[in-house]
Amino acid sequence: MQHGKYRFIAGFLVLPLAIYAIFVISPFVQAIYYSFTDWTGLSSDMRMVGFDNYTRLFKDSVFWASVGNSVTLLLLLPVVTLSLGLFFAFMLNVGGRRRKKAVIGGVRGSGTYKILYFFPQVLSIPIVALLFQFAYNPESGALNAFFNAIGLGGVQPDWLGDPQLALWCIMGAMIWANVGFYVVLFSAGMSSIPKDFYEAALLDGANRFNTFFRITLPLLWDTVQTGWIYMGILALDVSAFAFVQIMSVGPGGPDYSTEVLPLYVYQKTFRDGQAGYATSIGVSLLIVTLIFSAIVMRLGRRERLEF
Amino acid sequence: MSVQTKPPAVTGRGGAGGKGGKSGESGEGRVLNVFSHGVLVIWGLLVTMPLLWAVVSSFKDDGEIFGSPWGLPSALHFDNWARAWDKANMGQYFFNSLVVVGGSLIGTMLLGSMAAYVLARFDFPGNRFIYFLFVGGMGFPIILALVPLFFVMKNMALLDTYHGLILVYIAYSLPFTVFFLSGFFRTLPSSVAEAALIDGASHTRTFFQVMLPMAKPGLISVGIFNFLGQWNQYLLPTVLNVGDPDKKVLTQGLVALAVSQGYKGDWSGLFAGLTIAMLPVLGAYIIFQRQVVAGLTAGALK
Repeated sequence: MQHGKYRFIAGFLVLPLAIYAIFVISPFVQAIYYSFTDWTGLSSDMRMVGFDNYTRLFKDSVFWASVGNSVTLLLLLPVVTLSLGLFFAFMLNVGGRRRKKAVIGGVRGSGTYKILYFFPQVLSIPIVALLFQFAYNPESGALNAFFNAIGLGGVQPDWLGDPQLALWCIMGAMIWANVGFYVVLFSAGMSSIPKDFYEAALLDGANRFNTFFRITLPLLWDTVQTGWIYMGILALDVSAFAFVQIMSVGPGGPDYSTEVLPLYVYQKTFRDGQAGYATSIGVSLLIVTLIFSAIVMRLGRRERLEF
Repeated sequence: MSVQTKPPAVTGRGGAGGKGGKSGESGEGRVLNVFSHGVLVIWGLLVTMPLLWAVVSSFKDDGEIFGSPWGLPSALHFDNWARAWDKANMGQYFFNSLVVVGGSLIGTMLLGSMAAYVLARFDFPGNRFIYFLFVGGMGFPIILALVPLFFVMKNMALLDTYHGLILVYIAYSLPFTVFFLSGFFRTLPSSVAEAALIDGASHTRTFFQVMLPMAKPGLISVGIFNFLGQWNQYLLPTVLNVGDPDKKVLTQGLVALAVSQGYKGDWSGLFAGLTIAMLPVLGAYIIFQRQVVAGLTAGALK
């Protein structure tokens, strides 16, 4: 049994670890180092500049605009997406009218709804982003054409071109893309809640509102929390980058109204040749992410309900 | 798409009360049913309309797209599709995505399950450390690593190559894969593996012939998760795969197409390209939707 065990372990671990160390770990460590240099990213010379990059952050108004937008996304996106997901999932699984024997049940056709709602989740972000970009297009887009058709021809917003609206438009697309996943996820969670809990509640005369807040939500709390963190990371990182980069004018505009932290890191590196400064923005993004996860963990810590 | 037939039938039933009304379901229930069906149908329309709109638009000519965004095409312009596939390189991008995702999916599953198996079922010094090293990768913002990663790839001459992209996809898929699969391997009974070892199978053989087949449900879940994630990957290729226009993957190619057709004013070609990228994934999802949903929710419920 022990014979050759360590050779086997080493043999199985060496390749995955090597790939992971080269392409994931080492870049992360390097990033932190680069954030203390004045590296341009174009040549190999760089100088240690201590905390200069970080003090520069404080005076950079675009940085603060992107912090503001990222935090807005971070706060609103999970709330709206998860609430819609919970609401629909409840409707589909518990909210239906009661049939003969079943104590609880979803509305009719709930299976079909779940399949439909999940559609956006399998599409890539560029597809969704481009789709919405066309829909928002002020001249030929579906939205303004719809306003025309219902007699609101006078209301023709500039959507993505309007600094007041642009971020909300992008957020709309992100919500659209993610709600379906949570409907399905929460549905799976809800179906594992024992039926007799609902039976007892119904006997006590609970209505749907009470059922949801007293039974479904508390028992689903772990899943909601996982979803919250997952959605928060999307709002800060990859997803926000892709949506803003593809949809917004500039990108990041108009007038930095949609600039977000990951996009700013990208632009500073590959457009402005300030890789050192860019990594210090990245480090601040990491800090925001860590604070966010810590808060969610802390807020979410409550008695675990066993069933 | 056949999705349109569903909603009207559903709304009709809300108030009519085909079989309900008997079991103490009061007025409140009925009102709520009409309401809830209404809301559900509206979201269903919100989800499907943009997709249908894109498909319909891909058959129109440019004049119709601008003139009547909501109208049906007067004739089916299949030439849009042909143009997008050939001239706008969508065919090539599709092929690139297939190669990259095919390679990285195989690599991710193989390396991920090997690492997860060892970490889950063997005691050795450093086990916990390596496990957390892998799992920690799930929470960090990828964008932070991208700048140095670009130069790591550059020094290794891996930029703009299939195998370079494959390696990076594997590396960034490992954290979740290892996390999920090691949880899965831990739940498998150890008696079977011990029996195999006593019968004289080596550790390697036990892994490939006994443990891996037993872990099939978990492998499928992770496989679907990784497939969707890698197929839809946009950030990594946007940074690491920019030198050679013919090496672009589908997501990148689509955005490049949007930019170039935007300049040329070829909107119908653009919608056709979008539809080409969209329909295969949607089709595959509809066929395998049970597995897809089970796979993705298993991952997130963990």
